[in-house]
Amino acid sequence: MEVDSVLTQTTQPKVYTSKDFESDQDVRWCPGCGDYAVLNAVKKVLPQTGKRKEDIVFISGIGCSSRFPYYVDTYGMHSIHGRAFAIATGLKITRPELDVWIITGDGDSMSIGGNHLIHLCRRNPNVNVLLFNNEIYGLTKGQHSPTSEKGLLTKSSPLGVIDNPFNPPALTLGAGASFVARTIDRFSAHLHDTILEASKFNGTSFVEIYQNCNIFNDGVFESFTDKEAKDDNIIILEQGKQLIFGKEKDKAIVLKGHSPEIVSLSEVNETNEWLHDPQDFVKATLLAQFTYMQGFPRPFGVFYSKQRPTYDELFESKGWDADESEIDKVIAGKFTWKVD
Amino acid sequence: MQRKTTDEMTLKEKELSSVVIKFVGDSGDGMQVSGNLFTSTSALAGNDIATFPDFPAEIRAPIGTVAGVSGFQIRFGSEEIYSPGDSCDVLIAMNAAALKSNLDTLKTNGIIIANTLGFDSKNLRLAGYSSDADPLGEVQAKGYKLVNVDLSKVAKETLADKGISTKEMERGKNMVALGLVCWMYQRPLDKVFALTEMRFGKKGDWAEWNKALIQAGWNFGETLELFNERYVVKPAPLQSGTYRGIAGNEALALGLIAAGHKSGLKLFLGAYPITPASDVLHELAKYKKLGVDSFMAEDEIAAICAAIGASYGGNLGVTVSSGPGIALKTEAMGLAISLEIPLVICNVQRGGPSTGLPTKTEQADLFQAMFGRNGEAPMIVIAPGSPRECFEMAFEAAKLSLEHVTPVMLLSDGYIANGAEPWKFPRMEELPKINPNLAKSVSGYKPYERDENFVRQWAVPGMSGMQHRIGGLEKENITGNVSYDPDNHQLMVDLRRKKVEKIVDFIPELKIVNGDEKGKLLVLGWGSTLGAITTAITDAHKAGIQVSQAHLRYLNPFPRNLEMVLNSFENILVPELNSGQLAFILKSNFNANIIQLNKVKGKPFLAREILEKITEINHGS
Repeated sequence: MEVDSVLTQTTQPKVYTSKDFESDQDVRWCPGCGDYAVLNAVKKVLPQTGKRKEDIVFISGIGCSSRFPYYVDTYGMHSIHGRAFAIATGLKITRPELDVWIITGDGDSMSIGGNHLIHLCRRNPNVNVLLFNNEIYGLTKGQHSPTSEKGLLTKSSPLGVIDNPFNPPALTLGAGASFVARTIDRFSAHLHDTILEASKFNGTSFVEIYQNCNIFNDGVFESFTDKEAKDDNIIILEQGKQLIFGKEKDKAIVLKGHSPEIVSLSEVNETNEWLHDPQDFVKATLLAQFTYMQGFPRPFGVFYSKQRPTYDELFESKGWDADESEIDKVIAGKFTWKVD
Repeated sequence: MQRKTTDEMTLKEKELSSVVIKFVGDSGDGMQVSGNLFTSTSALAGNDIATFPDFPAEIRAPIGTVAGVSGFQIRFGSEEIYSPGDSCDVLIAMNAAALKSNLDTLKTNGIIIANTLGFDSKNLRLAGYSSDADPLGEVQAKGYKLVNVDLSKVAKETLADKGISTKEMERGKNMVALGLVCWMYQRPLDKVFALTEMRFGKKGDWAEWNKALIQAGWNFGETLELFNERYVVKPAPLQSGTYRGIAGNEALALGLIAAGHKSGLKLFLGAYPITPASDVLHELAKYKKLGVDSFMAEDEIAAICAAIGASYGGNLGVTVSSGPGIALKTEAMGLAISLEIPLVICNVQRGGPSTGLPTKTEQADLFQAMFGRNGEAPMIVIAPGSPRECFEMAFEAAKLSLEHVTPVMLLSDGYIANGAEPWKFPRMEELPKINPNLAKSVSGYKPYERDENFVRQWAVPGMSGMQHRIGGLEKENITGNVSYDPDNHQLMVDLRRKKVEKIVDFIPELKIVNGDEKGKLLVLGWGSTLGAITTAITDAHKAGIQVSQAHLRYLNPFPRNLEMVLNSFENILVPELNSGQLAFILKSNFNANIIQLNKVKGKPFLAREILEKITEINHGS
């Protein structure tokens, strides 16, 4: 039986609720883990994609977050460390009608799978990447990861991390990603909306999700979620709006030449005003740089979103467009001779 | 110079059953072109043929140096030809470096056709000869027949009025050489011309000019008293039918195309460039219009993982590489074994370890194919014995993989990948249908439920009601849910092994192809040694030695009757281009008297090396 004949038996799109995406497996993340919030958000987003369950596939690598596919009632593959990007590419370009999601962590995507991630970004197949960034190796019990901050004391860095951390939005923008966003497990509405927007984007959508590991790196993102502190430390990106932050909403980021600068809101004028434009690549790269700029708030939201032809469109997998006689010609080649 | 016509000369005509000639020159001298045209002409003359190109590892090595020598060896005959030949009857040497690096392949009393200009003082220096050396004088003294021809001069005279530069005119010297050799072996000139037109038809005047150059070379042979012999090589008793020439890598690609089409599934190749496997990627990339998907990945791991993704999606996923690349794919192969999905992995072996000898051949990846993965990870392993068998075995790899929903490793090597021979190619209607074991029912689908052959049903995304999650973690029997249960792990390891073992019911038994069904000595080979072994066995039979031959194409599992065959002989000689890997596996599985013959020089066996060993064993017993 050929795949096509089986696929034609499938049902028409139907209306789902998030409950329809619950699998029969018990979720086995640590109590209090930020992964739960992401799972819930994704289950709420899936019914809004208009895709049939059987047309959705979650591919993950290895790590705590990579257990994710077991917990959604779609097709799924829990693959090997760092390789989900390559597996998803092979799947998406041969089955472009599928809705393909990649679930990865900071070790999975930034270390062992770094090469595949950058090539995914440059090729731009229409897949969604959710990077669960907890700045630590959780499943292997607490080693420093490529996004761990300098100086962090872990089992593998007892004297403090000496490696510079990767900056995922900057890395993926540099690799040519066409959609780059950041959100955080604790802002459930922002998390949901960001994932939904990513799912609607036609091309590779990369979402960095700050996710608290309450066992090995607890509180690493607290300054962005703490009621008292967060307003001074984060900035929510909204299309067409100024970059305003602070408890009193009295600070803004403006451009002085090509340098971002923090000013009081009253100092914003027509010449220095910075309105967020996700289509502007240069501004997106500047926003990505805030991550490690002293005194700057951490941006959350869509940094960059600009469509270009997807790899699955360009690859044009169409299956056999030849009957046996044409294959016979290929096998015979250009030069044959007869022996009587 | 005194000129005579053939009629005035006493030119002897000698019939030969098989001849080996080798065109050798600089990378840019067009040796492959001359060799290929001579090959096609000989095919049209009805000879059986085997060819082997000999490229330098460097893309453009310095002109005139030994490192830059490129060769093309062809054996053609009125008898069946199994290998390109141990040594040459004729060496066409375009320069001193070509002679220096190939003289040891020439038979005693062999003929050297030397391009005079290629032996000037500059070329002697570039080839590393001392200033007072006289290599051509030396070869004459050693008893070789030397024919000095100023090929460049003939080319220049022929193209003098064509309005092209002297350098361009001199480029025609390879065609003059071709014409001369065609005269020596009485190749049909009209066929050479037709083939030349086919080859150069699109390149403006060069089709006509090359024909003129070939004619000039032919005339040169006919009018000058350089030879006192001319040779006849009659047609070989080939099976009637339509033939083409085929090299192993091309055959491998075509076998995959045929299998993909027969299965009704998309064919997807994930590959990363590596010598000597890249030609398979090049070949498949040509057929996008027919529906072949080829994807050049960022690395070897991504190449196999993309193929796994394609397979997971219900396609025929294939990856092709060579030893170092296969090493990188190891973990992903384990994943495919654990997932139990179809996947064809082709290893065109080369010399190792590490980067090793990229352009040279070896069979040293058998252990890697059989055992080179973590955990208990059994995989079907099969190996073609000749260029044309690459088609059959690639087709077979895909068939076994799709019908048994499990990865298959195909072991080719650089020798058969680049070597070529005539192929009575099949028509698609003669090939069997491939029936992928896709899931058929929607109710109560269990991803790891198996049939009587331990094969699971393959449900792919898009199939409604069969959503399931699979992964590299150990799976519970039947359901596929993650399981750490000790008894379940034992059960799953056993089931995956039994599934591969069960393949024995679907593969042919091992046949004795030459000699008696039982006796004192069996030569048992695998892979690309087939040609050399067959030649050696044929020669042994001519010498009155009783010896039998069998060739393993299925290495895991072995054919059901292998033990019976081994038990039918007092001694089993196992020639391998490694240090004894098949021998090791045979010794650990069977109680037989295994005698090893091993060679790890980056070169194929010479038939005489195998014959000597056969003779030695024969004397000893």
